Amino acid sequence: MGETKQLSVSAIKNGTVIDHIPADTLFSVINILGLENISNQITFGTNLESKKFGKKGIIKVAGIYFSEKEINKIALVAPAARLNIIRDYEVVEKHQLTIPDEVAGIVKCFNPACITNHEPVTTRFRIISKDPLRLKCHYCEKITDEEHLTII
Amino acid sequence: MNSLKNKSLVSINDFSPREIESILETAARFEEDPPGRLLSGRVIAALFFEPSTRTRLSFESAVKRLDGQIIGFAEAGSSSVSKGESLKDTIRTVSNYSDLIVMRHSIEGSARYASEISPVPIINAGDGANQHPTQTLLDLYSIKKTQGTLDGLNIFMVGDLKYGRTVHSLLIALSNYKTTFNFISPAELRMPDEYKIILDKKGLKYYEHDDFTEIISRADIVYMTRVQRERFSDPLEYEKVKNIYVLRNEMLENTKENLRILHPLPRVNEIEPEVDENPKAYYFEQALNGVFVRQAIITSILDLI
Repeated sequence: MGETKQLSVSAIKNGTVIDHIPADTLFSVINILGLENISNQITFGTNLESKKFGKKGIIKVAGIYFSEKEINKIALVAPAARLNIIRDYEVVEKHQLTIPDEVAGIVKCFNPACITNHEPVTTRFRIISKDPLRLKCHYCEKITDEEHLTII
Repeated sequence: MNSLKNKSLVSINDFSPREIESILETAARFEEDPPGRLLSGRVIAALFFEPSTRTRLSFESAVKRLDGQIIGFAEAGSSSVSKGESLKDTIRTVSNYSDLIVMRHSIEGSARYASEISPVPIINAGDGANQHPTQTLLDLYSIKKTQGTLDGLNIFMVGDLKYGRTVHSLLIALSNYKTTFNFISPAELRMPDEYKIILDKKGLKYYEHDDFTEIISRADIVYMTRVQRERFSDPLEYEKVKNIYVLRNEMLENTKENLRILHPLPRVNEIEPEVDENPKAYYFEQALNGVFVRQAIITSILDLI
């Protein structure tokens, strides 16, 4: 019964579906994409059953295709997520996310003494480890880890 | 082909082992045979946003002995920075007046940023706790000069190995050679894991100790650093360990003939003054070596050799 309702809500004509988001990072993904500030139709679900994670989250955004920068942000907090591009109710592209080797302008350096926290400098990091996530700042050379990760 | 031409020196990681050796060779040549007026007609800016008398004087001496002109400031209070000017504006302005900028700043990564916005090369003379590559190069020069080689040495690093940037940069530079490391520090100030991982990856041996009186006989180089009281969360812990990391003459009695004691200076109490007269003490010569090494760096970058 509940399942039928959920399906009818989730169908979108054009847009993006982000699937296989670990349930505990769903709200981080919503935040970093700034979804609370857009007026498009958005559906999200969490704690859905998943064979892979036990519990997963899903976000469906109508009329929006994310930029590479936004996709990289998602990859950093939910690398296992999948991105499906929907056109005319059909999945036309599927992307398995990958953490890039370098990121610019999407992560804040955790080091309060870093130049990027003092002057308007775009942050740059080299990813030195993907699991666990460790990013080395191009400027201060300090390492930001998962625990201290802040997406700008 | 001079690969150092117009290259900024921000981090020791920026220079290849070949480039480092080229600087050490040039420095040795300059020490042996001073090159005269090589910097004549050149203007070097020395921007010390954070004061460091020793490093600044070493750079000034290096430039002036080669007949170069030096402009700049010794502390941010006497510059437009105190009026709120951004680093970007200061660098862009000063780069109009000089052929090369030497800078020291308390903000980490400031020299990297400056090198990206400056049309003239930048030499980092210390950016907070991050990098101080000319110190590392003069340490390497001092080691090579006293040992004849950088290969196969047993290097003892003593004191604050957690926060000391000089030991971190020196470790990275020496990891290109067949070095054995001995780290001697209180538990609270051990060498961070990220540096041990670098050594593991390169298959280099390292050992950790609380004390070094028993093992100092194996050392080729003892690199002393200061253990600061304020680094300890518990003052009692500091009181317990403070005397373990103080070098005295009697500790040097049964050591190797080629052993030399290095220290980035300023020293406070971690080396007893009696050691200064010991032929194995090398820290003041090490400071002099800084002048030759800085001359070699500046003239290599300006492509004058």
